[in-house]
Amino acid sequence: MSFFDKSRTVAPPGYSRWLIPPAALCVDLCIGQAYAFSVFNLPMTKLIGITKSASGDWLLTDLGWIFSLAIFFLGVSSAIFGRWVEENGPRKAMFTAACLWGGGFIISAIGVYIHNIWVIYIGYGVIGGFALGIGYISPVSTLIKWFPDRPGMATGMAIMGFGGGAFIASPLSVWLMARFSTPTHVGVAETFIALGVIYFCFMSVGAIIVRIPQPGWKPAGWTAPAQPKKLVTTNNVYVYQALKTPQFWLIWWVLCLNVTAGIGVLGQASAMIQEMFPGKVTVIAASGFVGLMSLFNMGGRYCWATLSDYIGRKNTYYVFFLLGIVLYILVPQTGAAGSVAGFVLCFLIIISMYGGGFSTVPAYLRDMFGTRYVGAIHGLLLTAWSMAGIFGPVLVNYIRQYNVTHGVAKAQAYNTTMYVMAVLLVVGFFCNLLVRAVDKRHHMSAEQEARAMA
Amino acid sequence: MADTQATGNGVKLVLAWLFVGIPLAWGVIETLLHSLKLFE
Repeated sequence: MSFFDKSRTVAPPGYSRWLIPPAALCVDLCIGQAYAFSVFNLPMTKLIGITKSASGDWLLTDLGWIFSLAIFFLGVSSAIFGRWVEENGPRKAMFTAACLWGGGFIISAIGVYIHNIWVIYIGYGVIGGFALGIGYISPVSTLIKWFPDRPGMATGMAIMGFGGGAFIASPLSVWLMARFSTPTHVGVAETFIALGVIYFCFMSVGAIIVRIPQPGWKPAGWTAPAQPKKLVTTNNVYVYQALKTPQFWLIWWVLCLNVTAGIGVLGQASAMIQEMFPGKVTVIAASGFVGLMSLFNMGGRYCWATLSDYIGRKNTYYVFFLLGIVLYILVPQTGAAGSVAGFVLCFLIIISMYGGGFSTVPAYLRDMFGTRYVGAIHGLLLTAWSMAGIFGPVLVNYIRQYNVTHGVAKAQAYNTTMYVMAVLLVVGFFCNLLVRAVDKRHHMSAEQEARAMA
Repeated sequence: MADTQATGNGVKLVLAWLFVGIPLAWGVIETLLHSLKLFE
């Protein structure tokens, strides 16, 4: 197993750091498939009936749990395995993620073949969920160490890949299912096997390419600022010590509130635009809007994180919160004015900031807690994502339903939700405002640093 | 020696970026074409 050891991944002199982002993308583009899992939902409700659901076929409500379990175990595994990933290096972590992700698909294929949904819950939901968590955090600290001059851009690129994975997975899965389907058989199991093999190979390439820099390595011509910025530490904080700082929990809330505001509307975008502009926006146009939102979600991950290298992380989140508040308040006005263009523009910016929130946070953590355990601390912080994944859709759906049942017209049913989202962003703004540099007593001592190195 | 290393690095870089760039570009184009339905 020595090929996978951390010591074997140290880069030789002259190794180009620009090989690390594609290595990270190899993993993120594959695990980003999770966002496209819904393409399997309808075909999986017709595995017995083939052309339509028959008695014994799975219900959409049963299938919805597969994705929910995967996202839940993403949060759990990134929190549990963060330290393991940090201490064992990116190659072992990325290869582990490749085995789990590919294996999860193969087990799910068996579940489809024997028509047992519990096998899919375990295959894709639990094992795949573990792959998501380990894969998502595995390249983060490596990228930050290779790009001390532009950590936001580097992590933004990798996390952009997670957003972009669905773009590849969605048409690829549809194409594979069409190839494997026959008049008497829905080709889901074969598609799962093909995807499992493809993803395993693709992610393994990333694990082979990835390298960590030699201790003390710096980019040519770059010197660390002699006078470090107030909110950028040159010290390190141990992973579990970070949990004892107010900064960790403030950033946890910053991420949670920013994601809550975006994730709720992301899931409801198609229904929302059709209901707010009845007769003006067709189902097909709404699906185009969803596609456009996905592109801005992905682009925002790279652009906002890159911008944060120039204006600072705290200022970037100020922009997310202040601009977000204005835009959420504007959305009901665009509905009242019948301006589809205004509505679309507001949501494209909002969703770019949702993506930006994910990609800027690793660099924010690095500024606060140093580079040593940033991947593990990032893993713990992702529990905020799991929480937001529950809160966001619940808020949007329940407030809308409450309004509709109380006689509010569907076109205005989302107005209250928009104002609630704006309030959440106000709270997030104040959490961000309270973030200060971590107190010296939390920093690792020289002795602890040496022990960690050993 | 340094030139050989630089050339080797350059080839690896191009291959690595093509390996991830081609599928990503294909996915983005597919999504962009789909998104145009909003303006039809």
